[in-house]
Amino acid sequence: MADFEVPELREYPIVPKLKEGTMAHSRPYVAAGKFQTPLGFPEELVDNWKEVAIDKMGELLGKYRSLQVFLDACVHCGACTDKCHYYLGTSDPKNMPVARQELLRKVYRRYFTFAGKYFPKLVGAADLTEEVLDEWYSYFHQCSQCRRCSVFCPYGIDTAEISMAAREIMDAVGKGQKYCNEIIGKVYVVGNNLGLPEPALKDTLEGLEEDIEDDTGVKVRLPLDEKGCEILLVTPSADFFAEPHVDGLMGYAKVFHEAGVSWTLSSKASEAANFGMFIGSYENMRKIALRIREAALELGVKRIVFGECGHAWRVAYSFLNTLAGPFDFLDQKYPIPQHICEFTYNLIQENKLRFNKAANDDMRVTFHDSCNVARGSGMGKMEGGQFIIPRAVIKAACNHFFDMDQDTIHDSTFCCGGGGGLLTDDLMELRVKGAQPRAQALQRVVEDHGVTNMAAICAICKSQFTKVLPYYGFTMDQIVSVHQLVSNAIVLKGSEQEAELAGETE
Amino acid sequence: MAIEVNGKSLEVDEEGYLANLNDWEPEVANVMAKADGTELTDSHWEVINFLREYYEEYQIAPAVRVLTKAIGKKLGKDKGNSKYLYELFPYGPAKQACKYAGLPKPTGCV
Repeated sequence: MADFEVPELREYPIVPKLKEGTMAHSRPYVAAGKFQTPLGFPEELVDNWKEVAIDKMGELLGKYRSLQVFLDACVHCGACTDKCHYYLGTSDPKNMPVARQELLRKVYRRYFTFAGKYFPKLVGAADLTEEVLDEWYSYFHQCSQCRRCSVFCPYGIDTAEISMAAREIMDAVGKGQKYCNEIIGKVYVVGNNLGLPEPALKDTLEGLEEDIEDDTGVKVRLPLDEKGCEILLVTPSADFFAEPHVDGLMGYAKVFHEAGVSWTLSSKASEAANFGMFIGSYENMRKIALRIREAALELGVKRIVFGECGHAWRVAYSFLNTLAGPFDFLDQKYPIPQHICEFTYNLIQENKLRFNKAANDDMRVTFHDSCNVARGSGMGKMEGGQFIIPRAVIKAACNHFFDMDQDTIHDSTFCCGGGGGLLTDDLMELRVKGAQPRAQALQRVVEDHGVTNMAAICAICKSQFTKVLPYYGFTMDQIVSVHQLVSNAIVLKGSEQEAELAGETE
Repeated sequence: MAIEVNGKSLEVDEEGYLANLNDWEPEVANVMAKADGTELTDSHWEVINFLREYYEEYQIAPAVRVLTKAIGKKLGKDKGNSKYLYELFPYGPAKQACKYAGLPKPTGCV
């Protein structure tokens, strides 16, 4: 199945022996000029790239105080070394977070510190050469910016931010990554990562309305661009396109229907994801985020709710207000923005949703915390809400729930292996190997508790697992959306399911 | 990069997708499938033809669910599911079938 060695799943996690350079060949396709220019980046490697790179690094150090602190503060204690899923899955020592950071840090030292300028060899400072740039390109595209390492770093050094800075420097010199940059360009032209134009979106949504009516006998709407609704739902475009994502989208629609609120999707803001974050580009991240503001204003909504998308939620929860605010035109009684899980959770707390949990009895479910939700945001009004709320929603819809090992959930969760702009076929070896720690934890609950399915609230996680779990002996349909479970079990008023249940109790 | 089809050299991108959609002809699909070690059957062509029709109308490949539904309607319910499509196109119906049909690769979190 694979032209590389798939790591084995063990009974207990072990730290692998170092295999130097084993992933040095891994690098994504470089963006062609036509994918660079719409983002404001040079078409190809510029002649004076060294100068441009150093200047850019200086600019970022001045702009982001955190970056300078992260580059200065590391004492090489090693606490991060065995925390990265890519190191655990590939055994390549350069995938230890400290070593990955060092690729940028050694150049920083050479050009921005006194000791590095005058005694480079003594302090491990290095010139920026073509070889170094190639190494950056390879290994900063082997970091999914999941921030697990930073949880364990005594100084709180955030490798994700260092990776973002490195990618921003590479974009500035004309060495961008095709996957991310092509996608951002599509958002600017069409409105979403997929390039799904409005008529296709409309056709897809109508099809889903038919399907729900066929299944339940209830007309549940999935409105598009309807003015004057209360809620604008912003969701990853994968929810319109892929499986199991689309099952989650039908779940959101059923919840809104049952709540009796008016809502709409927007063809302009038909994307929750914001790949501007992956490439560290504030300008592009802002431009993408502003589409949501514009759509909310044009449609005259009062609330914004986000669908199941990991890094979108980090951008939304942590940055949306500064990127695209102030949102003084929205109803201030509600969180701005709100996560769909919190929306559903609140209705469950108020006893406004009816579930027939038996509808999910063919599944024994575990939950994969998505990194950007777990470590980059919160949810609801309680501390740790991002862990509690999705699980509470699952438990309301399922009889059988089992958590994975505690070292692999909550803020210690392992990345799916495809986050941070790495969900591309040209990085398949990395993606498969990086999923090993998660697959191993899943294997444990499969053996111990008979778990059959893993639920997630991130489009990338869902697509990544669908693709890579089969390498570990699982099947692609074992990964499900949280709102797919909701969709299966929710009993709509006036539905065939409601009538059936009434018949059973008579 | 390029592929040879009926004596013509057609430009493809790094991942083997046609650079110009207008270059497509049925033989393109056959050549691409052969390179992947498969022989296209009528079942494959049902999917490829549907993808092309849908693309012509909407300028995008259909969602997996739209595709399975259409195939189910045409060929019977037992074939209207992604399992059937993955049997035909093991690298994923969205990506592999799009490539054979000469459509651009679906991008994003898919």
